[in-house]
Amino acid sequence: MKLRKNIATSESGLLFNPVTGESFSVNPIGIEILSMVRAGKTKDEIIDALLQKYTADRITIENDYQDFIDILFHNQLLEHHEKKNA
Amino acid sequence: MKRRTLNIGVTGLNAIDSPGPGVSVIRALREAESFDVRIIGFSYESLEPGIYMHDLVDRTYQIPYPSGGTDTLLKRLKYIQQKENLDVIIPNFDSELYSFIKLEEKLKILGIHMFLPTLTQYEERTKVNLNDFGERYGVNVPKSQAIHDLNSMHNLESEFSFPMIVKGKFYDASIAYNFEQLKSHFNKISAKWGLPIIIQEFIHGTEFNVTGLGDGKGNTIAAVPMRKQYITDKGKAWGGISIADEKMLEMTRKFLKNTKWRGGFELELMKNKEGKLFLLEINPRLPAWIYLSVGVGQNIPEALVNLAMGLKVKPFPTYTVGKMFIRYSWDMIVDREEFEQISIYGEL
Repeated sequence: MKLRKNIATSESGLLFNPVTGESFSVNPIGIEILSMVRAGKTKDEIIDALLQKYTADRITIENDYQDFIDILFHNQLLEHHEKKNA
Repeated sequence: MKRRTLNIGVTGLNAIDSPGPGVSVIRALREAESFDVRIIGFSYESLEPGIYMHDLVDRTYQIPYPSGGTDTLLKRLKYIQQKENLDVIIPNFDSELYSFIKLEEKLKILGIHMFLPTLTQYEERTKVNLNDFGERYGVNVPKSQAIHDLNSMHNLESEFSFPMIVKGKFYDASIAYNFEQLKSHFNKISAKWGLPIIIQEFIHGTEFNVTGLGDGKGNTIAAVPMRKQYITDKGKAWGGISIADEKMLEMTRKFLKNTKWRGGFELELMKNKEGKLFLLEINPRLPAWIYLSVGVGQNIPEALVNLAMGLKVKPFPTYTVGKMFIRYSWDMIVDREEFEQISIYGEL
């Protein structure tokens, strides 16, 4: 899974899609996930990292992660969509 | 080296809620790097805000409405020319363009240059002819039909389904969700802008615009696509952002190459959910948001003036993506004497 190469991201969590002109703001956990996506980490590696940092069970984190990824995909910010059970 | 000062006449000083492009064009011209300017405003009504913006407009003259005919306009322009020695005029209203195009050669003899589309270009892109335009140049356009009376509206239901767009021949557009609304929009818009009224298929999607400049030989001198971020109840952009959509730029280049468009323009586009682009309208002049072009590195009004003056202008190679414009309104304090001067004497 990759962010589209022309998507601009800022440290404060603002995403700008230069093709559509749309802007999105993500919360601090979203910023963490995006930076791990940018670093090329896999879904499992990202979920493991979140599990170590936050006090939530694996299923909750997996669901929240998948919701976030689905929203990114829906808004044409990702090159590839990672299916839930893929 | 001292730069040449050009005397430039500009219309469209109505910087109101549905603004004319004049004030934005003037701001761009004042930032031109290749010449200095003295701006002569042309107004139709005494309350056009640009008349009173003395830091932008050096002197203003009222000119006759297009309905007065080209002879009346020429007579007035000759009078103005004697006083102001104009080098260039930039007309900014769709409704006045026909008269200025007709007068282009006569004004050139007086020393006034313009850079306008030809009469053929002007006419083949009208809303009435949009279907033919789309077919001729291979561009997706929504189905449109011109109607001249209320009776023809009854036959529309076989061709169009609700909602549909009801458009005036120059300005105004409203969405009709049922026959009653269609009738009401027809009456309202035709009372203001005359006939025909254009009925257009409603395309669901996101609205975009491209402004640019064609050199009349098929080359793209400038092109800046923009997404409207904030739209007023009149459908005008109150905020927008420059974008990098290659499909839009390609459509623009194709439009300029195929039509050999001469002058400034604005393409109104709609992108549907499948990403397909539809050309809704071609405005044959610069748009009110043209100052964004200066913000992204393409001073289109400056390039247009240089082309009008017969200079060679190189295409702009690039522009800044993600630059925004946000429009605002501003109350000016004006002495009654100034209002009196322009209202009674037609000059300020």
